[in-house]
Amino acid sequence: MHGVMCFMYEASDLRKGLRIKLDGEPHIITDFNFVKPGKGQALYRCKLKNLITGAQFDRTFRSVDVFEPADLQQKKMQYLYEEEGRYCFMDTETFEQVYLTAEQVGEARNFLVENLEVGVLFFGDKPLDITLPNAVDLVVTQADPWVKGDTVAGNTKPVTVETGYVLQVPSFIEQGDKIRVDTRTGEYLTRVKE
Amino acid sequence: MSKNDVKLKRKDILRRRGLIVQIIRDFFHREGYLEVETPNRIPAPAPEFNIEAEPSGAWFLHTSPELCMKRLLAEGWDRIFQICKCYRRGERGRLHLPEFTLLEWYRTGIDYLDLMIECEKLIGFLATRLEYGPVLSYGSQTVDLTPPWERLTLQEAFDRYAPISLDVALERDTFEEVLVDWVEPHLGVNKPTFLYDYPVSHGALARVKRGNEKVVERFELYMAGIELANAFSELTDPEEQRKRFQAEEKKRRQFGKIPYPMPEKFLHSLGHISSAAGCALGIDRLVMLFTGAPEIGLCVTFAPEEL
Repeated sequence: MHGVMCFMYEASDLRKGLRIKLDGEPHIITDFNFVKPGKGQALYRCKLKNLITGAQFDRTFRSVDVFEPADLQQKKMQYLYEEEGRYCFMDTETFEQVYLTAEQVGEARNFLVENLEVGVLFFGDKPLDITLPNAVDLVVTQADPWVKGDTVAGNTKPVTVETGYVLQVPSFIEQGDKIRVDTRTGEYLTRVKE
Repeated sequence: MSKNDVKLKRKDILRRRGLIVQIIRDFFHREGYLEVETPNRIPAPAPEFNIEAEPSGAWFLHTSPELCMKRLLAEGWDRIFQICKCYRRGERGRLHLPEFTLLEWYRTGIDYLDLMIECEKLIGFLATRLEYGPVLSYGSQTVDLTPPWERLTLQEAFDRYAPISLDVALERDTFEEVLVDWVEPHLGVNKPTFLYDYPVSHGALARVKRGNEKVVERFELYMAGIELANAFSELTDPEEQRKRFQAEEKKRRQFGKIPYPMPEKFLHSLGHISSAAGCALGIDRLVMLFTGAPEIGLCVTFAPEEL
């Protein structure tokens, strides 16, 4: 079983979050459970998600199974523009451009502003997913004016930012302000002074 | 639930665990057993295909105290028990820890059917001393501990609960899947269940049943769907035992698993035991059942992830 040259995972390495190659495609283990009836074979029960198609399914492995790591690489790239649901990113060294679908970009679209540097995850030459910086600065494009005298701490109002994303901010934020947003929670962090 | 509540709960579990171990010792002393301690680090574990020993230098940490305890039987001891840590590589799940505590006891002149009765007595004694009524609650289940408990052969259990027969499951190599998914959830639900008479391939150290050469005299005790104890009438024929070990070891090497040396001293001693039966019971799982803990890691001071 060890006739393979490259590094292989064994069944006992399986855990939630591990990325492995199955049937030639990269998968992530989204849930994991170890069961073993006495004196019997161990069963490694996994919920898997195909990182290309998004398909989710259950599969049970045994202790003799081995797995190739999903050969994934992350590259730093710059976001350029969106056109008809395709999001274009550029390698700033080679100027090579790649496209991701709206589905692949997902919620991250709320924080994609021109020239933002992001991580793009590749399987071979196929882009799969993007990783955002933890915080992004966005311009407020629409906000109700600040009612002078509303200084009660904790009062919030909804505003729209340049990507079209709507979020709750403190009531003193005005149209044209730049605000910092946490991309992991989607929440307001602070006003950015320029 | 705040983090504090979890901590407090753990404290209660550990307190009860201490009590459980004390009561078990008391039971065995009353029954005339001697408490023994055998070495945890041994040169040759029992060759079993599905159990991975943790190497320790050129030796291994024991996966159970079975071999040394049977050598004690061969030296003339007739009732012995031990509570010790055992180590099995790569086992971590809701019911598994790579380092866990086993209660193991042996007695000469009895067989696995006698051990079923002894299990009923032990758990009954424990429940009484913990001031439980005759009913144990675990999760949404209530298990009546009044003896006699349910006795079900593996064959009967498959016929009753599984979509395919035991023979077909073994032939297709789906025994474990069918057992876990279809059979185990029904075991020990109203009363504890003794699941007994396993195929010879699933009891490398157990005696073949008289009158049915396809099965060995082995049982597993289930409570609330949890496998709690494993027992058998001991195989005491050294030649037969050697053949079984060789078959297991051949399979181990075939699949590239760590090779185990043949436990020669153990094999030699087997000829000196006339008849005996022994049982191994998981203390951590027993604590789960008697505290309602949903996960085995909560029943020890520190689970491996906490280290």
